[in-house]
Amino acid sequence: MSAPQTKASELEVLSVESADVRVTETAWQRVRKNWSVRIGGVVLALLVLISVSAPWLGTVDPTLFDAASRDLVPGKAGEITTLDGEILKHKFWFGSDSFGRDIYSRVMYGTRISLIVGLLAALLSLAFGIVCGLSAGYLRWLDGILMRFMDGLMAIPAILIAIALVAMWRGSLTTVIIAIAIPEIPRVTRLVRSLVLSIREEPYVEAAVALGTPTWKIMFGHILPNTIAPLVVQGTYICAAAILVEAILSFLGVGLPPDIPTWGNIMAEGRPQFNQYPHNIFIPGVFLAITVLAVNILGDGLRDTLDPKMAKRV
Amino acid sequence: MSAVAEAKVRGSGPVLDVRGLTIALPTGSDRSEAASGVAFSVKRGEILCLVGESGSGKSVIAQAVMGLLPNTLPVTGGEILLEGENVAHASPDRLRELRATRMSMIFQEPMTALNPVMTCGDQIDEVLQEHTQLTPEQRRDKILDIVREVALPDPERIVASYPHQLSGGQRQRIMIAMALVLEPALLIADEPTTALDVTTQAQILKLVQDLQRRHGTGVLFITHDFGVVAEIAHRVAVLRLGKVVELGEKNEVLKRPRHDYTKMLIAAVPTLQTHGRAAEGASEPVLRTVGLCKTYYDRGWFGRRREVNAAQDVSIEIRRGQTLGIVGESGSGKSTVARCIIRLIDPTAGEIRLHGEDIAKMSAGELRPLRRRVQIVFQDPYRSLNPRRTVLEAIIEGPLNYGVPRDKAIERARQLMELVRMDPESLSRYPHQFSGGQRQRICVARALAQEPELLIADEAVSALDVSVQAQVLDLLEDIRNRLNLAMLFITHDLRVAAKVCDYVAVMSQGRIVEHGPASQVFGTPRHEYTRALFAAAPGRDFVFGTA
Repeated sequence: MSAPQTKASELEVLSVESADVRVTETAWQRVRKNWSVRIGGVVLALLVLISVSAPWLGTVDPTLFDAASRDLVPGKAGEITTLDGEILKHKFWFGSDSFGRDIYSRVMYGTRISLIVGLLAALLSLAFGIVCGLSAGYLRWLDGILMRFMDGLMAIPAILIAIALVAMWRGSLTTVIIAIAIPEIPRVTRLVRSLVLSIREEPYVEAAVALGTPTWKIMFGHILPNTIAPLVVQGTYICAAAILVEAILSFLGVGLPPDIPTWGNIMAEGRPQFNQYPHNIFIPGVFLAITVLAVNILGDGLRDTLDPKMAKRV
Repeated sequence: MSAVAEAKVRGSGPVLDVRGLTIALPTGSDRSEAASGVAFSVKRGEILCLVGESGSGKSVIAQAVMGLLPNTLPVTGGEILLEGENVAHASPDRLRELRATRMSMIFQEPMTALNPVMTCGDQIDEVLQEHTQLTPEQRRDKILDIVREVALPDPERIVASYPHQLSGGQRQRIMIAMALVLEPALLIADEPTTALDVTTQAQILKLVQDLQRRHGTGVLFITHDFGVVAEIAHRVAVLRLGKVVELGEKNEVLKRPRHDYTKMLIAAVPTLQTHGRAAEGASEPVLRTVGLCKTYYDRGWFGRRREVNAAQDVSIEIRRGQTLGIVGESGSGKSTVARCIIRLIDPTAGEIRLHGEDIAKMSAGELRPLRRRVQIVFQDPYRSLNPRRTVLEAIIEGPLNYGVPRDKAIERARQLMELVRMDPESLSRYPHQFSGGQRQRICVARALAQEPELLIADEAVSALDVSVQAQVLDLLEDIRNRLNLAMLFITHDLRVAAKVCDYVAVMSQGRIVEHGPASQVFGTPRHEYTRALFAAAPGRDFVFGTA
């Protein structure tokens, strides 16, 4: 005896499943509510504001020096000579270095370098890492060769590669960014590859194969968009690391030329006189720490909201 | 409760008495309470089945009894009386004392419920060390006794094994041994056979029944499967959205259900009876495989190659307007066959003839124009749709790949949404905004957008609740008739196969062991394995009623 057939319409009325479309929070709404994202974002926004509006923040040209105003302590007034030979009265909020340059102006302008290096190095390594990772993960014949090369790259300390690359070329903003980005590429490649390897097994990718979707469309249309969340998170960590590495390179004297105001350069110049004038190192150091901290907090917040699985692992 | 009354309860009263249990859900959930005023009792030596669909709150109730609820789900009202003692708000220490001694629980996943780095014997021993003063020798004897009692072969070897060395059924037996070693008064079984094959399930159900009878244990058995209920229950409680809608003797509830919801659930359970539709062989075969084989090689750098024959010599034929079912347990190779046919994996040998044209060895380029003729619907509705694409994009992807103009494809998508009985206005939504059944309908629409001749349903209804399952099955059958499709239906569920298939092929260990019209295979199974499979189907002899 079989149970009487119930019409689908009757089932629909009683079924829990046919309840109305569920409305869930979008990722963007979750991100905006997260306090780490809010705090990190606000601090970073202020730093961006500083870097953009540096000329109007009571600064002078950060490369100007004046022998008369050497080694001033913070808050002391002095004078500074412009390139036209004009002598200006100037208050040295953060003091001056041994060339008589205004550290306040140099720190404000230095924000630009740090943020540009962080952002561009992250974007550059992500771009290359995505291409390499997608290829290694989806085109199996390429995987072995590409990943062994990446393993080799990872075996060399990042800072050594960066120093070698800058030494090979001439120290400029572009070369520094490239030198910082290259050692990060293997890490991004590995992350993307592992994501691709798990996503390519998802039924929706197999369904796309069955629908006759070409391989490149599957890679960029189905797989890549699903790696974005972890990549954004990884990007913030690379950004923080890049800002630090740039400061290290400058401090070691192998980064940007010493006349360009970067936080690392300011600290390098302050090093011989650290005992008498600790503020030369302390102030740019605080800015560096705040920037890196803000980027990392932002990254943690993004990780918690965009990538809950990773949040539990780390 | 007075001491006298308590002693009386301990002697003869119910083992578990749940009264007005209310458990709150966090704000922002789809309802305010996971369980509202739930009341039932489990007597000594009785099996009470708590049955309900996903989201009905059945597991939450089990966790509440064991004191395993997360802080986000507080008990806000009612009592849970375990042999007269209210454990609803018992301290963690008291609960720890009670677990394993007075109540214990077995879980759905025998793989993850056991610790992979401890031997099975040590894991049972841990329970004894924690709760008894026995000497190591006494403990060892007790462990071997209980392992023998759960009918595991060669207890000495089993005790010294690690979980990964045992099969799923054996692991579940170890879990049961662990749960029963201290003879608790109450055993909670939370879907203990859902992850197991049907033949293993039958053995485990029998074991639970045997042990329960022998020890007089009260069992709270949680399941979604009415076949299992018919097999094992004394009494049944039907749960819907956190409320008990019907509670009574098994025969009362299953044969004369009173509540509409119970009636609906029972009506939705497919029977083992075939539909008896005349199987005509006149139409042309859409697909025919000849000697299809798929062998996996495990290639190491050194050492021997290991071979796994996932599918061997599979020859099937599907005609227009017919449904061929491939039935088998996990690892039988049924999905391998489906994936070979749609060329997601390359067959090792054999022919796949689509309208006479062999596609088994075609290159990707040659295959592309033919891809649209065969489409597939997968098991997991939560992973079959790209979470970052709208439903519209999902449905029109295929037609766009084959050069259909966008406006035509959108027009077609709207018609398809109506065909799968969904609102065309919801095309702009994302998959996460739909339920499992709705997503499965979208997957069907996506497959149909290619106007295929063969539709493969790979366990397409296995992840769905029974009522939703009935709707989707209904839809698939309707579509097959309306579009005169050939359908390959892969399933492990004999009832589902009986409902939709015209022809059935039974697979075991990569081979087809029996093949024929559904009525013949189901009515007079010839092969031993087929007969074993039918004998294991839970509740096969039970006659459900809806009156």
